[in-house]
Amino acid sequence: MRIVDLATADQDFIAEVEARSHQNLRTCYQCGNCTAGCPYTFVYDHSVSQVMRLIQLGQREVVLQCKSIWLCASCQSCTTRCPNRIDVAKVMDVCRHMAREQGYATEREVKLFTDAFLRSVERHGRAFELGLMADYVLHSGRVFTDVDLAPKALARRKLAFRPHAIVGRDQIERIFQRFRKGGAHV
Amino acid sequence: MRIGVFICHCGSNIAGTVDVVAVAQAAAKFPEVAYATDTMYACSEPGQEAIVQAVKEHQLDGVVVASCTPRMHEPTFRRTVERAGINRYFFEMANIREHVSWIGKNAERNTVKAIELVRMAVEKLRRNRPLIPKRFDVVKRVLVIGGGVAGIQAALDCADGGQEVVLVEREQSIGGKMAKLDKTFPTIDCSSCVLGPKMVDVGQHPKITLHTLAEIESVSGYVGNFQVTIRKKARFVDWSKCTGCGLCMEKCPSRKAPDPFNEGLCTAPSINIPFPQAIPKKAAINPDTCIMKQKGKCGLCAKICPVKCIDFDQQDELVTVDVGAIVVATGYDLFDWHKYPQYGQGRYPDVITSLQYERLLSASGPTGGHIKRPSDGKEPKTVVFIQCVGSRDRSVDRPYCSGFCCMYTAKQAILTKDHIPDSQSYVFYMDIRSPGKGYDEFTRRAMEEYGAQYVRGRVSMIYPKGDQLVVRGADTLAGTQVEVAADLVVLAVGAEAARGAVTLGEKLRVVPDQYGFFVESHPKLKPVETNTAGVFLAGACQGPKDIPASVGQGSAAAAKVLALLSKDQLESDPQVSRVTPARCVGCGKCVQTCPFGAIKLVEDRFGNPKAEVVETVCQGCGICTVTCPQGAIQLEHFTDNQILAEVNALCPPRIRVNYAS
Repeated sequence: MRIVDLATADQDFIAEVEARSHQNLRTCYQCGNCTAGCPYTFVYDHSVSQVMRLIQLGQREVVLQCKSIWLCASCQSCTTRCPNRIDVAKVMDVCRHMAREQGYATEREVKLFTDAFLRSVERHGRAFELGLMADYVLHSGRVFTDVDLAPKALARRKLAFRPHAIVGRDQIERIFQRFRKGGAHV
Repeated sequence: MRIGVFICHCGSNIAGTVDVVAVAQAAAKFPEVAYATDTMYACSEPGQEAIVQAVKEHQLDGVVVASCTPRMHEPTFRRTVERAGINRYFFEMANIREHVSWIGKNAERNTVKAIELVRMAVEKLRRNRPLIPKRFDVVKRVLVIGGGVAGIQAALDCADGGQEVVLVEREQSIGGKMAKLDKTFPTIDCSSCVLGPKMVDVGQHPKITLHTLAEIESVSGYVGNFQVTIRKKARFVDWSKCTGCGLCMEKCPSRKAPDPFNEGLCTAPSINIPFPQAIPKKAAINPDTCIMKQKGKCGLCAKICPVKCIDFDQQDELVTVDVGAIVVATGYDLFDWHKYPQYGQGRYPDVITSLQYERLLSASGPTGGHIKRPSDGKEPKTVVFIQCVGSRDRSVDRPYCSGFCCMYTAKQAILTKDHIPDSQSYVFYMDIRSPGKGYDEFTRRAMEEYGAQYVRGRVSMIYPKGDQLVVRGADTLAGTQVEVAADLVVLAVGAEAARGAVTLGEKLRVVPDQYGFFVESHPKLKPVETNTAGVFLAGACQGPKDIPASVGQGSAAAAKVLALLSKDQLESDPQVSRVTPARCVGCGKCVQTCPFGAIKLVEDRFGNPKAEVVETVCQGCGICTVTCPQGAIQLEHFTDNQILAEVNALCPPRIRVNYAS
């Protein structure tokens, strides 16, 4: 097992996570209630409470390269259960953003799906499911993922063949423009 | 007047961020200051001696010490100046530690502020008058509020010390929480076997008067002379006749109400003696469930009672006692765990509190000491204990550690194995807190000898599966989620302030903290005193405590009471209100506003109404002085002139500036 040199704690990393999540991470006393309630612990490489601890220890690279921050479903069980009122889901979210910014995407497919989703929303003002699927398949090369569900969804008219643009699509577009102007890159 | 000013370094506490020499130099120039110096530790023996010497050498008749808070050392320095031959009220203290050096880092600005505080003190001292305390008799009797183990200990120690004791208990019997426990940690000795004899002693002690089913109605007076009114609630049984035979309990047809002594695990008849060892062992009727009280017919108990002691018309009774001291030992209550959605909020009968589990373990409990789970009476083979339920949790406003739950959980895990040898206990914990004699060894024993599986993590969910409850939590040491199917889940609920503590605190003028626990006078040096003279604290009313600590505090409070009552007379504080009769118009506003009833209207020799202060009752709060439209009533040592002089010293009037512009 890797030895963590406590003295190399990246204080800037801790400060950045705290500032961007608006959470005081020092209040976490490692009770484990977030891990106890998390429905995705079974696929995580580090449990939620371990992610919180690694942030406290300033382990930037370990946190930003871990799988857990990508697999988090943002269900907010952790936030709901935290006795110290830490918005843990928000912290996971911030770590995912920071990982993206630094070019990490340990769970590549999750990133590709999110990207495809956002592209769809930008274009149509809402998600166009079939287009989104095509986009995702194109980028990921995972042609047969969930393809068995298509007939069922089609039968229930859950998959439209044409995109359905919303009223005020331009406003949604402006949100994306404003975000890009802000200097952040995706 | 010749004033001496002493600026204390307090080691580096003050001198670290205040230029004490500069303060002394500035003070030397203030009006009527004859001598000013700095001193390393003003409160130390040589420091005090230096003050006495300076008084003699420079013929001083007033002293200012600039140091810590007057709450710390004002009595010390008052004695010092008295030793030097000056009236103790020719002393003023400027707080340049708590109010200056401890709160500011800028030495320059600290020094300016310290100089200003000293200037205020000097200006006030110039207007001080010699005050002489009066003496009054001490009532040699003590009131103990609360008959748990802390109150019992305090009452017994005071009574053995020769003082009369009045013990008031809200419940029907004394014994408190300890009477409900099965065994006690870390020795596993039987709780009622240890407590029982003490309860009997209380019942039989010639010096102790016991009032149960009684509450404090009102408290007036002051140290040495409290007047206390006790409301003895109607119990509908003449206790002077009741023999505690229990026949009425057997025949009472109304027995559906949950039994509070057994924490609602079973029901109790409407006329009841809470438990076999109850002191006093007398029956009382619960009017909320009694058929006779509710519907006006039944009266079976009255027919069957061999001594005819049932009295359905009994009323609440008010008893007034004079006491010299009061011990508050009102204990704690359990946190209401229903606030947590993850434990089912009461939907699952097999999720119980630790105190309910004590009743299940107890031989005098509803199951006769056999562990049977509430839902189906089956013996549980897998028992899960969850610690920190309502402790160390900011989200339910209980950030403090309740202190004793780690220990009683370990005890319950051990007892579970003793009762059911083929059982397995799991304990979800955050940290083990066992800093007492033999305590950590005890928790280790639970793990090592009794095989309790300790899991470090909280529990996030309990859900039913078949006739079991699945407990899902985390093991943070392994970094995983864990699950266990349990037959019984025991919640180690934390302690919170006893219900009604805040209301009682108002009556006693004892301040509760933000969670309702009473605040002691000093966290280290005055742990059982309060800021109200003559009122002492014992046990968990001051903060969560285990039995040894509660007993220790009960004895400590008793020692304080005995020391106080060993004096025949006490000195009254002369810092009280005084009326200038020539200015008083007899409007009576002060009489109305005085919260202590210390002012009365009398007639002067011309028949004009005039206010008069009863000096021993006045607490020196000063409400009357701001109420009086004539400025006729003044608080000694804090007169309007003295306070205005302080204000002027801080913000000098700038009339001349106005003229110039």
